[in-house]
Amino acid sequence: MWALRGLRDGVVTTRWPARPDPYAAAVRGPATVLAQAAGAADQLERLCPTGAISNADDGGVRLDQGKCVQCGRCVAARPDVFGWSEEPGAAALWRGALTVPEFGETPERLDALRNSLKTRSAALRRSVHLRHVDAGSDGTEEWEILALFNPVYDVHRLGIFLTASPRHADILLVTGAGARGMAEPLRQTYDAMPEPKIVIAVGTDAVSGGLASPSYGVSGGIGAIVPVDVWVPGAPPPPFSILHALLLALGRLPAGAGEGARS
Amino acid sequence: MSLASDTLTTLWERLAEEVAAGRRFAGLFGTARPEGLMLSAHLADARGVTAADTILPATATSYPALTPLLGAAFWYEREIADMFGVIPQGHPRPEPLLLPQPPEGALRPRPGESGGPAAIEPDPRALPLHVVGPGLFTIPHGPVRSGVFESIEYLVETPGEDIPHLNMRVFYKHRGLDKRFEGMTAADGLLLAERVEGTATVAHALAYCHAVERICGAEVPWTAALVRVLHAELERLACHLDVAIRLADAAGLAVATARFGWHKERVLRLVGHACGSRFGRGVVVPGGVSRLPLTGPGELLTEIGTLDKAVTADVAALMGTASFLDRLRRTGPLRPERAREHGALGPVGKASGYSDDAREFRPYDAYPSLGLHQPAPRPAGDALDRLRVRWDEVAQSFHLLRQVADELAEAPDGPLRAGCDASDGRATGWAEAPQGEVLYDVRLEDGLITRCHPRSASFHNLVLMHELFAGDILTDFPFIEASLGLSVAGVTR
Repeated sequence: MWALRGLRDGVVTTRWPARPDPYAAAVRGPATVLAQAAGAADQLERLCPTGAISNADDGGVRLDQGKCVQCGRCVAARPDVFGWSEEPGAAALWRGALTVPEFGETPERLDALRNSLKTRSAALRRSVHLRHVDAGSDGTEEWEILALFNPVYDVHRLGIFLTASPRHADILLVTGAGARGMAEPLRQTYDAMPEPKIVIAVGTDAVSGGLASPSYGVSGGIGAIVPVDVWVPGAPPPPFSILHALLLALGRLPAGAGEGARS
Repeated sequence: MSLASDTLTTLWERLAEEVAAGRRFAGLFGTARPEGLMLSAHLADARGVTAADTILPATATSYPALTPLLGAAFWYEREIADMFGVIPQGHPRPEPLLLPQPPEGALRPRPGESGGPAAIEPDPRALPLHVVGPGLFTIPHGPVRSGVFESIEYLVETPGEDIPHLNMRVFYKHRGLDKRFEGMTAADGLLLAERVEGTATVAHALAYCHAVERICGAEVPWTAALVRVLHAELERLACHLDVAIRLADAAGLAVATARFGWHKERVLRLVGHACGSRFGRGVVVPGGVSRLPLTGPGELLTEIGTLDKAVTADVAALMGTASFLDRLRRTGPLRPERAREHGALGPVGKASGYSDDAREFRPYDAYPSLGLHQPAPRPAGDALDRLRVRWDEVAQSFHLLRQVADELAEAPDGPLRAGCDASDGRATGWAEAPQGEVLYDVRLEDGLITRCHPRSASFHNLVLMHELFAGDILTDFPFIEASLGLSVAGVTR
């Protein structure tokens, strides 16, 4: 009976990234800087409850998407300066790349980062096993990661699977602001994973601690606990963003899909 | 101290009598005040949720525990001991709950005290080892779980198959949010309230805003009240579908898991289209709502209709799958008298014949004017009845959503939020989350939050997990856990 029921509505699965998906662009990402407003950075800073907006060296305004909790205050107050980023391609390979405009890195350092990731992901390309650890999330990131396995996103089609054991895991997805109680279990999970391994910080809380930080209970992001390879902003990041980050980590983003990827 | 403890004992006895007479014990919270530690016991009835306060002298290091008189205070008093360092005398198990086991006497000042610690450093060696009898062993589930779960540790003590005893350690993902609220403006506090228990974002925002609105006496405009109900009921759909996914997954029903996963995704997309956030963030604000749904009432009605039809058909199929029902029937039973004693919240209470749904008994926003139909009683208290209650609530939510969409089509244009400049005062706010009633005890001084205690239904209900394993075996565990439908984030904060 269930087998027939499963056929009832045809294929509901997205074809992204091979084909564009209208919903991928429709979901709101973190805030971004649309246009520079010279000299206004001081008042603009105060708009953000997590201090994501700051004064760039050139006097312009800089927004750290890794701290953006998507409350929308800056977008509401200054639509001329701030707007929503509307592509799932917000994930980045280094922390500084989450700022708009991005913090520079030396070309040598960038090459080193890319090569290190490439060496590790080369071995994993078409069959990847994920392990998830919650280090103090609010519960929404877990829902969005689980959504990847529903028939709409169905990441099994891309050779991506969940595994219960860290011994079988290639990629560690970490959510949450870095709760101190989870630091040791997270470290042990990371240590138990075989080489090569990749760590993805999923969500603004995991990247910077978000609104939970500073607190006696959290370390302000999981970067303080395990080395992070891919940073995914969003509170929480929608499934397409997490999928984008996975493909970015694996070097499997086709040209044209999520071109905004700051790799 | 003796005088204070006499007064306190009298207060506790009065509380226990009130609860025996039919009021519901809704929580016991601590607040550090200049004159000492204030203990606030909350009681709920048809008039609302009221707090009975008492102050311990600043010198007191202990007080007579409430738990021996009122078992439901079991976790609340452990939390108070964690946060403020006072010992509840006579408590059956005064161990840390939200904080990791600190080395003996090491943590001073406590997080709730002024100048609390900069960081807590858990010491894994300080965790108590569990004493087990001959032939018994402990199976730890967690804190890193198999699958995508929130972090919590269940210690299953078993001789092999059945589960005579279960222990829980919940501290792992404690974020210290109560302390984070302090010093925030009411507007910033809302953002944090939305993140206490993210899967019940709207309910937490509502309970928080109700408290703030009570302080400043704001009346929410009718249209805004409708939008609030719209999002609260969509959130209920998503949460109940999530429980169905987990139960179907535990039973190995791949197609059912996929079908309900698809329906849940459609609900989240509907929410996302209506407000820009898949979790309804940024909709509820003190005094009203931030904007009308971006989806028009006509389109909403169509979407709700399509979804209702699809969900109802799959629910009928699921509840006709004998192999699935067999796993739930008589699994994880909660006796009706225990549900009443504890004041079990939400679907967990309802499935044991105890209902104190805030939407019905202490209605707020647009609920007093909307028709809530009375669902059939579900008194068995097992995982199956908990699921049936959820389906009753899902049907109810669709019924409410239709009414809201109809009303919104005719709602007058006008302001969507009333002025709400709360600066000083204290109030309790509540809202019925998918998990059960959420409670916020908020105190504002000079426009800033000096204390905000969120109490999620997850915190109140999770402790019942201790007693749900009569006659159940290890393979029942995932069903029992999923049937409670709780979020750990709301427990540990």
